Amino acid sequence: MSKISQVFTGDISIVLGGEAGQGIQTVENILVKAVKNSGYHVFSTKEYMSRVRGGVNSTLIRASSSPVRSYVDQIDILVALSEDAVDHLKSRLSTDTLIIAADGIIKEEYKQIFNVIEIPLMEIATQIGGPIFSNIIAAGFISKILNIPTEIFDKCITAMFKRKGEKILKKDIQAGKRGYQLAETFLGENNLRLDIGKNEEIKDHILINGTEAIGMGCIAAECKFMSAYPMTPSSPLQLFIAQNADDFEIIFEQSEDEIAALNMALGASYTGVRSITATSGSGFALMEEAVGLSGMIEVPVVIYLAQRPGPAVGLPTRTAQEDLNLALYSGTGETPRAIFAPGTMEDAFQVTWKAFNLADKYQIPVFILSDQYFADTYYNIPSINIKDVIIEKNIVKTNKNYKRYKFTENGISPRGIPGFGEGMVVVDSDEHDEEGHITEDLEIRNQMVDKRLKKLKYMKKEALKPELIGEDDYQILLIGWGSTFGPISEALEKMGNKKIAFLNYKQVYPLHEDTRGYLEKADRTVIFENNATSQFSNLIKLETGFEIDTKILKYNGMPFSVEEVIHNMHSIEGGV
Amino acid sequence: MNPNLFNMEDADVAWCPGCGNFSILSSLKSALYDLKIDPKELVLVSGIGQAAKLPHYLKSNVFNGLHGRSLSPATGIKASNPELTVIDVSGDGCMYGEGGNHFIHTIRRNPNITNLVHNNMVYGLTKGQASPTSQKNFVTPVQVDGVFEEPFNPISTAIALNCSFVARAFSGDVEKTTEIIKEAIKHKGYALVDIFQPCVTFNKVNTYQWFKENTYYLEESYQPHDQVQAFKRALESDKYPLGIFYINNSRRTFEESLELYQDNQTPLYKRKLDISKLEKLIDSKRDF
Repeated sequence: MSKISQVFTGDISIVLGGEAGQGIQTVENILVKAVKNSGYHVFSTKEYMSRVRGGVNSTLIRASSSPVRSYVDQIDILVALSEDAVDHLKSRLSTDTLIIAADGIIKEEYKQIFNVIEIPLMEIATQIGGPIFSNIIAAGFISKILNIPTEIFDKCITAMFKRKGEKILKKDIQAGKRGYQLAETFLGENNLRLDIGKNEEIKDHILINGTEAIGMGCIAAECKFMSAYPMTPSSPLQLFIAQNADDFEIIFEQSEDEIAALNMALGASYTGVRSITATSGSGFALMEEAVGLSGMIEVPVVIYLAQRPGPAVGLPTRTAQEDLNLALYSGTGETPRAIFAPGTMEDAFQVTWKAFNLADKYQIPVFILSDQYFADTYYNIPSINIKDVIIEKNIVKTNKNYKRYKFTENGISPRGIPGFGEGMVVVDSDEHDEEGHITEDLEIRNQMVDKRLKKLKYMKKEALKPELIGEDDYQILLIGWGSTFGPISEALEKMGNKKIAFLNYKQVYPLHEDTRGYLEKADRTVIFENNATSQFSNLIKLETGFEIDTKILKYNGMPFSVEEVIHNMHSIEGGV
Repeated sequence: MNPNLFNMEDADVAWCPGCGNFSILSSLKSALYDLKIDPKELVLVSGIGQAAKLPHYLKSNVFNGLHGRSLSPATGIKASNPELTVIDVSGDGCMYGEGGNHFIHTIRRNPNITNLVHNNMVYGLTKGQASPTSQKNFVTPVQVDGVFEEPFNPISTAIALNCSFVARAFSGDVEKTTEIIKEAIKHKGYALVDIFQPCVTFNKVNTYQWFKENTYYLEESYQPHDQVQAFKRALESDKYPLGIFYINNSRRTFEESLELYQDNQTPLYKRKLDISKLEKLIDSKRDF
């Protein structure tokens, strides 16, 4: 093989591909921490199949001298742990891609096209103690190429494996060292240069994924109750809350189904405890009736809805933005709700604690829409701002004549809870009078509907303003919501075209009143959504009458890549 | 305490004259009065149906939720504030039909709540369809050839699941029903009281007279601590036994199993976030 000569400037993207069960997740966990703690900006995300063994899964890790927050197609280095990994990822490979693979697993035809470096992973792993160590050898190899000091790598290995006992830890350290040695030999024989600046400050950053940012938002908001039924991709939040439950005095209960989950959370909330449920797709479909209940009895609740492609079971482990309509129109009758969709770690933390305040203030269900891509994406940020967190529960001590649904100017009745004060707190899913008792007085019915809907008017006034990225005098406006923030914002930066700006929505309902103004100012509007019917542009049209010109829709279960956003912008009429 | 404490004078009661629900309401009020339960500390939870309207006719805090789902909010309420007395009142359709899954899993979970199930073997509010407990050959406007399904036996099901308290009462005997309800409320753990009641409008088979003739009380010497024995008695259907079938005091309640109540009984709404712990959690994301 001829000598490889390559320079990686500013940014490198590494993909690990292999079967489920080969330990790719472990390598990801080790490498992201090693990269961050070496002073690089880091990003990682995974795509995987709904199976416990076999198939092909992959994880993208980017190391960079500037913040990186998005999925990219480009693969600079592919670490192939299984034969199928190259087949699975070949549309993303270029002749510049370096493939590092275990001996003998790469097809001859690929060796003709790509730079393939075969290393005796299995042989060395067997020497150390078994094939199980091959992923750590590969991690060591990559770590050396990334110029990560061995002591940092070893610390990451130790953090990962110390709970498995001294003996196994020693072998893992040894496996990592062998990876380093292999890479040293390789680097000695080839001309590979990494020109990515390190920054000491990054070592002090935190490294979290979307799930953890939302989970910390729940904890910061003093959420004390989660009932949920496992379902990908919402399960990671359930895990996060369950694992922190004892430390933060939270009840986590795995309910028998999603119906019980939301009803239980509403029971908890009725007693004045902030509560949340977490679910996905079909699981949320089962909860719908209780969304109406929350609206009717005016008991607040937060619903974390991590989206995946449907309908029905769909693609369980993939990403989508297909359940906006489901959340928006869920439940019977007409009742207000708010929907947030964070696109950054900072926003995820912030909208989560705000979601609890909004739910309590208006006594409504509030949604946090996420998706597999966002939930599983990691990157470093300086910290999380807990100083700004405000907790406003708006609970009153009741008096003897307390009326749970007292008519007020803004539709919000003072919220009492049982056992706190002299009054009776009566909530009813039937239409009810001011005291909460069942009624069929049709005049009261009208007043109650108006009371509940009146709240929406006030919620609109405090809707989060969409964030405009770019110059004010834009000609082309890109619109996105939730997890598309990463690819769109990085594409915008890469395109470097001052005519283009990006309007990012972190609250998608109710819409901020400036929406129409932003859209009308543009000569051309382009929306990116991970669904097939452009649910958000339809909502914008419904609310503002404005029809967005171009809809770029992706619904194969994968997130947009930066390249894809740029490519689409180049190919739309008039090109940019 | 005033015995009329639980009365709701202005309530517009939606039950038919002669309905078994009236006697159950009366038994429940007497039980609450005898146990000196303060309405302010009491939460009645219900689903949908004629039985589920009961909380509107008894002065208390009320969570009248969705059809079949009442055990879920009841569990959430008790877990979040164990100081409250939580009683779930609904009918056979709500609890054993629509809410069957919650019934099973609430027995497993064992929250310290009381579950009164008005069992009239028919759907009243929707006007006379069969319920899960309707007997075979029961003819209704929709089960035109009669019910062919095996009737659901809540007592044997609950005992099979090692439910911590299982009883059956008959609304026609207010005094004994009161006593059974009192025992159920006093019991620590999930307590099921299935209450036979006539539906004077839609069930012309299982009438007041029928229940009188087809039930009897478990003998005084009966000991409700043997699961197998209790199960046997639960299967009897020549005549249906009434009384407390089974008690298992060894099961921990859901609340008792929760870590956060091990050294601290404070209801959750009074507990604050420990910011320093959150800071520590955030900091842990900086290291390796």
